[in-house]
Parts: sequence; C-alpha cells; structure tokens
Amino acid sequence: MTLSLSANDLACRRGDRVLFRGLSLALGPGDVCHVTGANGIGKTSLLRILGGLLAPFAGTVSVEGSMALLDERLALDPDMPLGKALGFWARIDGVEPATLESSCGRLSLGDLLEVPVRYLSTGQRKRAALARLLGQQTPIWLLDEPLSGLDQPSQALVAQLVAEHSAAGGISVVASHQELAVEGRIYFALAEFVA
Amino acid sequence: MIGALLRRDLGRLFPFAGSGAALPLLFFLAVAMLYPFAVGPDPSLLAKTGGGVVWIAALLAAILPLDRLVQEDIDLGMFDQLKLRGASEEWVMAVRLLAHWLSFGPLLVLATFPAAALLNLEGETLRLLLIGLLAGTPGLAAIGLMIAALTASLRAGAALSGLLLIPLALPILIFGAGALARGDIASLGFAGAISLALVAMTPFAAGAAIRAAREG
Repeated sequence: MTLSLSANDLACRRGDRVLFRGLSLALGPGDVCHVTGANGIGKTSLLRILGGLLAPFAGTVSVEGSMALLDERLALDPDMPLGKALGFWARIDGVEPATLESSCGRLSLGDLLEVPVRYLSTGQRKRAALARLLGQQTPIWLLDEPLSGLDQPSQALVAQLVAEHSAAGGISVVASHQELAVEGRIYFALAEFVA
Repeated sequence: MIGALLRRDLGRLFPFAGSGAALPLLFFLAVAMLYPFAVGPDPSLLAKTGGGVVWIAALLAAILPLDRLVQEDIDLGMFDQLKLRGASEEWVMAVRLLAHWLSFGPLLVLATFPAAALLNLEGETLRLLLIGLLAGTPGLAAIGLMIAALTASLRAGAALSGLLLIPLALPILIFGAGALARGDIASLGFAGAISLALVAMTPFAAGAAIRAAREG
C-alpha cells in the first residue's frame, strides 16, 4: 500500500455550529500541506478529524500509514524528569535509547533531561514534544501550531525537520499562523470551506 | 506496550510514588484508629460493627485517588497519543484498572491486620473480612475508575461522583459486609461475582467515556 492521507467532502460541527463543510484533500508521499486560517476556524478540529480523534459531522477520511500528532498538549508527565517522560514513549514506540539521545541532542534538550517537565519553558516544552514525535518514526505527521513559542533558530529547525521528513517520503499536515519555510509546500486555506 | 503502560500507571498511583498517592492507605488506618474513640471502647460493640467500618474505609480508599485516575491524562493528551499508536481506550482502561487495584487492594488487605487488632476483630470474622476484601476490592477499584472516567469531562464532576457511587457500591457492600453480620461465607460468592461483573464492564464504560470526552 502506498502512503496516503485523503479526506472526502468533510464537514465538522462543534456544538451547534458547523465550522467547515465540503472539504476534500488528497496527499501522497512527500507532500507538505500548510493549513491556514483565522483562530477558531477549525484547524485543530481538522487535524483531529484526520487523526481519527474526532468524528466528522459528514464525509470520510482514508489513511494508509500510521500517524503522529503534535499539539499543544505535551503528553509528558509534568512531575517526571524529561528523560524519563520521553523514555515512556520510547518504550511504547520501541525506540532505541541511542536514537532518542540523538533526537534530543538535535533539539538541544541534552542538558534538560534531568529537569522535571513542569519546569520547562514554553519553547522547551515544544521541543520536548518534537522529540517525542521524532521517536515515533511514523510516515504521517499532523502538526498543530508546531512553531508557536519557539525562537528563530528552533523555528528553522522545525522547518528543516519537516523538509527532511518530506524528502524521506513522509506526509506532513501543518496548521500554523506562522510561515513555514519549506520548499514545495501546498497551502490549504480553510476559509474557503467555511459553512 | 502493555508493560510500559502498567509501569507508568503504577509509578503514578502506587503509594509513596508521588504526591498524595499514599493517602488511601493512611486514610484507611486512620478510620480504623479513630472509630473506637468515636463509638467508645466497648469490645463487643467494636467486634460487631468493626468489620462494616473496615468495608466503608476500603470503599473510600478506593475512590480517594479518583481525580488522578483519568482527568490528568485527558488534560495531558495521553489518551490521544495512545490512540494514534493503535491502543484502544478499552485496553488502556483495563491496564489502569489493574494498576489502580494493585495500588491499594493488596496493601489494604495487609492493613486489615492492624485495623482488626484495633477493632477487636478475630477468628471467623477476620477470616470473612479478609476473603471479602479480596473478593470485593477489585469491584471497588472498578467503581472508582468508572466514576473517574464518566465525570472526567464534567465541571461539577466531584458532586456527581458521590451520587454515582451510592448505587454502584451498594451491591458489593450488601453481600461483602453483610456476610460479616450473618457469618455466612456464601454471600461472599455474590460479592465476588458482582465484583467480577464490574471489572468486566469497566474498561468498556470507561473507554466509551473517554471517547465521549474528546467530542466535548
């Protein structure tokens, strides 16, 4: 099966409001899709629908390949040292300690592994979540605001990671207000589908 | 994956592992210690009612860590991440039920010995109490987890927990604690059966509750 992520005629309802409808999307290996739109337009909901975490109001999603999600929720135990909290996911994902170490090094988390997660700054948290994402080694990335809270060098690093993921044949769907400096990204304006 | 999950759950819930995790055990012993002071030191009265007090203390110990059981992991996005890795909510909840029981059940049975000394319980009564607690605590753990999952996404969850607890806990108490009054081991079989039914039901109920919380 070749890698693919597609949505057909999706609609999303939150409460009594339909956020968007008639949304279709088809992504294949190497695609980077940058979802844009104002606050509250449904970017996060779209990502959660694609990830199978939220049932669409209408329409279907079909996925070939495993998915990883990065959102504002860390999924790292706040009381644990960062290294142990990442170690939990490494055991779940079957990641070698060496691989985890190298991705932590890349995200400049090496010195923070002994620090409890709750003491980390916003940017450090985001980088910790990225380390979890890299460890997962899945072909489809769903990134919800991956750049928020990051400084310039880290933003450039995220763009580079997405570019490398794409070059390796992976799919990325990125919801962000900020510019993502990746060659060949596809813009997807959610405003066109507002109900 | 199940091993890693169980390790994490136990690490969070086991006594002395983190903030407030030893509370159920201390609470249980505190009730046993204070009860003779509250009703007076009459040995026959203590022997007659002590077993029931131990049961109530066990029930309360099972629901003390409710707010740590499910809510925190929803806020952290743990269940979302596990779902994306193909772990069903039912499995995750089954593992958590086991961890929850391990974190208080066996210790409570052990703590029953000092509690029994304080409450003048011995011989046949102590035996019925110990067997009853072994049969009943898995059910009490299941009730705790089910309530925690059902109320995790509600703002007035704590108030609702108390209301949900009463009907769910009644059958186990009737047969489990009731066995002490009648001196009848057969009704412990009923307590065990109810306990098992609750254990079987909880992963599905709690899993459905977590999925429903996502939509909220």
